[in-house]
Amino acid sequence: MDSTANLESGASGANVDMDAVMQQVAEHKGCGTEGGSGKASCGSGAGENDLPQEIWDKVKNHPCYSEEAHHHYARMHVAVAPACNIQCNYCNRKYDCANESRPGVVSEKLTPEQAAKKVLAVASTIPQMTVLGIAGPGDPLANPAKTFKTFELISKTAPDIKLCLSTNGLALPDHVDTIAKYNVDHVTITINMVDPEVGAKIYPWIFWKHKRIEGIEAARILTERQMQGLEMLTERGILCKVNSVMIPGVNDKHLVEVNKAVKSRGAFLHNIMPLISAPEHGTVFGLTGQRGPSAQELKALQDSCEGEMNMMRHCRQCRADAVGLLGEDRSEEFTTDKIMAMEVNYDLETRKAYQAAVELERVAKVEAKKEELETLAGVASDIKILTAVATKGSGLINEHFGHAKEFQIYELSTGGAKFVGHRRVDLYCQGGFGDEDSLETVIRAINDCHAVFVAKIGGCPKGDLAKAGIEAVDEFAHEFIEKSAISWFKAYLEKVNSGEIVHESRGDAEIRQGALLAAAD
Amino acid sequence: MTYKIVASQCTSCSACEAECPNMAISEKGGTFIIDPKKCTECLGHFDTPQCVAVCPVDNTCVIDNSLPRYQAP
Repeated sequence: MDSTANLESGASGANVDMDAVMQQVAEHKGCGTEGGSGKASCGSGAGENDLPQEIWDKVKNHPCYSEEAHHHYARMHVAVAPACNIQCNYCNRKYDCANESRPGVVSEKLTPEQAAKKVLAVASTIPQMTVLGIAGPGDPLANPAKTFKTFELISKTAPDIKLCLSTNGLALPDHVDTIAKYNVDHVTITINMVDPEVGAKIYPWIFWKHKRIEGIEAARILTERQMQGLEMLTERGILCKVNSVMIPGVNDKHLVEVNKAVKSRGAFLHNIMPLISAPEHGTVFGLTGQRGPSAQELKALQDSCEGEMNMMRHCRQCRADAVGLLGEDRSEEFTTDKIMAMEVNYDLETRKAYQAAVELERVAKVEAKKEELETLAGVASDIKILTAVATKGSGLINEHFGHAKEFQIYELSTGGAKFVGHRRVDLYCQGGFGDEDSLETVIRAINDCHAVFVAKIGGCPKGDLAKAGIEAVDEFAHEFIEKSAISWFKAYLEKVNSGEIVHESRGDAEIRQGALLAAAD
Repeated sequence: MTYKIVASQCTSCSACEAECPNMAISEKGGTFIIDPKKCTECLGHFDTPQCVAVCPVDNTCVIDNSLPRYQAP
């Protein structure tokens, strides 16, 4: 298969000098100014009534495994695992700018003891933090002693916190029993291919049995180990999420095969993420000009894989030291200096009480959605439209348009409101486009939407959005997202049916790739 | 025979430290260094020097040419 045949724009071609690229990677010191980039989150849209009870109990508080939970619950990663045993063309761990946000990036490495202290500090400050993950910045299972020591310490001091890890899978079969022993019941494997020919374009080498192995042989070993590890985990009832990076022209069409392979081996959730690729990241793909997918391309692939398997669309592709709700990063509040100075009072009862209040909020939200949906019963229409929502969490339209760092995207149809993604719109350093108007940036990011729901918006941006064909809706301020969206959609259909407006489809939208310039407020 | 780590390219990922059969690698001042007295270039242990094979940045674990034994007589 010729990967270059599918490349539409600026992707890596045959005439790229790989030696020159590798030297650039080696010399790369990160973004000259400050970096940062696309965040991602994790999860399935399935609710309490769609899953067996034992599975729902495992995912209901896990923001990455449940889209519904991610509006309410937070996670944190501790960066105790710096070493890696494979090389990926989309990864460069040298880039350590505090404002950069993507997998593999951290500001500081922690020892297991520091990590345990940090978890207690965060759990005491953020009572809705329910999940502790180890995701790098290398591979957790290439650092087994540090990874499992961290789990051991945390399971003693904060037994209510769910443990989670994310791996490339190469070392996974060797550690499945230890994973089970520490009650790690969520494991994510990054699987980008099941065909070694495709894999050779993504992985330049693996370190295996004391040797560096390159090319198709490397990818063949990796895929065998990944599939074996996945089977071993699902046999033990450990919930598995599969992450796949969508690389247009390299593995985009192939990911349908990956989806079938992981589904048949019992994976619970498939998370297809867009490639994050910019020259300033210093990755091979960034330097060869390999592009990421557009919003429409990503959604089309996710839609085509959605069948019997849950697709995660709320992944913010977060850092290996992220803290907070998906889509927010509070890691700056918990640097090692700060946590070592903190008086930590781990109060399990307070956490339980807070989480009980969160559950009431969730129930109210689901009820409101159900009631509103009933009013759509009997309405027939093939129209499906996307809408953007400015939210700070809790499933409410509670963010000002101008303050939104991201918009959540919901697809509306007579079937209801479905979360299908998010678009990051915070201030980016776009390699030469840094001065662009931020409203233009927002419009490009939500250009495929008919409306944007906000708590508040000024007259000026409202007018500019209208000119771009996007209706700014502020009448549902501080109300539930799904209930409001369904209600608005019902009115939209009525206007279309009465001839007051003509339904027109929208264009594509952009997935932001650049580095984040301004830190969160 | 001995290798050294080019400090300006080292990501401090620590992968080499765990792979070295001679315990010759340690962290010092935020980066990793190879003790030239302990490094054997992995001769007698493995086919290739493990630090070179596992390092994520090419040309970062290199032969230390500054040592007298590598200088032309």
